[in-house]
Amino acid sequence: MSDITKQSLTELVENIKDKKLSSTDVTKAFIQRSEKSSELNAYITDDFTLALDKAKKFDQKPNLDLKLPGIPMAVKDLFCTKNVKTTAGSKILNNFVPTYESTVTENIWNEGAILLGKLNCDEFAMGSSNETSHFGNVQNPIDKNLVPGGSSGGSASAVAGQLTPITIGTDTGGSIRQPASFTGIVGLKPTYGSCSRYGIVAFASSLDQAGPMGQNVKDCALLQEVISTYDPKDSTSVNFKRNHYSKELTKNIKGKKIGIPKEYRVDGMPKEIEDLWQKGIQYVKDCGAETIDISLPHTSYALPTYYIVAPAEASSNLARYDGVKYGYRAKGENLIDMYEKTRSEGFGAEVQRRIMIGTYVLSSGYYDAYYLKAQKVRKLIKNDFDEAYKKVDAILTPSTPSSAFKIGEKTNDPVSMYLNDIFTVPVNLAGLPGISIPAGHDTKGYPLGLQIIGKAFDEQNILNIAFAMEEKINFKNKITDWWIK
Amino acid sequence: MSIDLKTIKHISKLSRISVDEKRAEKLADDLNSIFEFIEKLNELKTDDVKPLTSIAETTLKFRSDEIKSKNIREQIIKNSPEDSEDYFVVPKVIE
Repeated sequence: MSDITKQSLTELVENIKDKKLSSTDVTKAFIQRSEKSSELNAYITDDFTLALDKAKKFDQKPNLDLKLPGIPMAVKDLFCTKNVKTTAGSKILNNFVPTYESTVTENIWNEGAILLGKLNCDEFAMGSSNETSHFGNVQNPIDKNLVPGGSSGGSASAVAGQLTPITIGTDTGGSIRQPASFTGIVGLKPTYGSCSRYGIVAFASSLDQAGPMGQNVKDCALLQEVISTYDPKDSTSVNFKRNHYSKELTKNIKGKKIGIPKEYRVDGMPKEIEDLWQKGIQYVKDCGAETIDISLPHTSYALPTYYIVAPAEASSNLARYDGVKYGYRAKGENLIDMYEKTRSEGFGAEVQRRIMIGTYVLSSGYYDAYYLKAQKVRKLIKNDFDEAYKKVDAILTPSTPSSAFKIGEKTNDPVSMYLNDIFTVPVNLAGLPGISIPAGHDTKGYPLGLQIIGKAFDEQNILNIAFAMEEKINFKNKITDWWIK
Repeated sequence: MSIDLKTIKHISKLSRISVDEKRAEKLADDLNSIFEFIEKLNELKTDDVKPLTSIAETTLKFRSDEIKSKNIREQIIKNSPEDSEDYFVVPKVIE
């Protein structure tokens, strides 16, 4: 089988279970393609030699009852992997080797998958274009010099470019859904509390969630089923009855009520995004669902709220990088000087900017004006959703206000970069699940995504809606392999 | 409101990130444009709103205080930039 890397996760699992393919065949194919794809810069660290050993070992005694039998998989370099370097895209962690495994990746290996390597991302997941990574920007497989989105840019590029059958990213303000939209793949941000945060390099702890990024909805449902477990090691992990998402997946969404929020029709939004949204509305209607106009009145306050809450939590979380127990250390004349130089040389510009915003809004005299104010507005944003969900089962919006942009286009203007996340950030602030599915192309031929937002812990419902829409949309990603020599 | 160089110096001290003059000016510009954007929140009256402090609204659970990771001292120390006889080494603190 020559086109192994073109197969979806679901197909690969079936073929391995039916013994039509071995784990070694599959692992080799993805390693070979990854090796030819260095121009994408999707990997920070590869683990190919060990991956092939593990695949051979799996084939000697294959356990075909597992959900991911012998499936190779690269993951975002924000997940701690035992004995494999974990950098979070930062110079300050460029030699850090964790002594423990994140719960989410442990769940994946326990189901038979094999680590291919660690994927590039914005430094500490702070960015919307993968340009803040210490290890260089990532290319979008769609076109040369196009950003893949961020922060899970390496993950999105690796799935769209077929370097891994599926992957996991993390999403604090849109870091799974925005890159998924920019690269023409599916990305699910689960409900806060659904997937354990244990062993994920922390950015903003009240917003961070891990989630699957794959070629299609069914693949993501399968991976979500694997990664979502209750974990006592994360005090915000929620013990609820989890569905067998892939088994219970259905295209029957007849009678579902889908909300269309008028506040997502923002000023200056390109016509092609509006057209795509209208097409999406037609698709859900064609599937037998009903659309209802709703209002989420505080939508425009979500980004300013996010840019207080997220940096505040980040400034606190990143206080641990002091050059003492692990990571990069600069020479200093005394302890304080060592701290200050270590952090100045070890963190990149965007991370420093956010630490400083966070420090400022939490500093004496400003706490009430900024942080407390933001937490109050966050409550209003959550109330908007609670109110809407009295009338509807899910909400349909565009994933992003534009398609992917060129590398370097927005790096000098932080605010214009932040505006990328205008449709995704409210979902994190309210702790809800959201999924982005590819739904069309713009005039340049770049992919565009639609987002379905669900009620808390109602992942099954948004997966079902996405599954039904996916069939109607029949999206084909335009990958030309331009980077392969 | 405007963030001046003195404030940048103060925040840089609090965050333990050294910033030279040239970068301080650029940071002040960046932070001012970000805070201008954040000021939008002042349009809202929030006196009677309770702040959202926990999104999942669960109560913290207790777990027994057991040691789960054993004999990992060597691995932990291995990650440190400088160590000596099972200790992390930092610049001299006491004269």
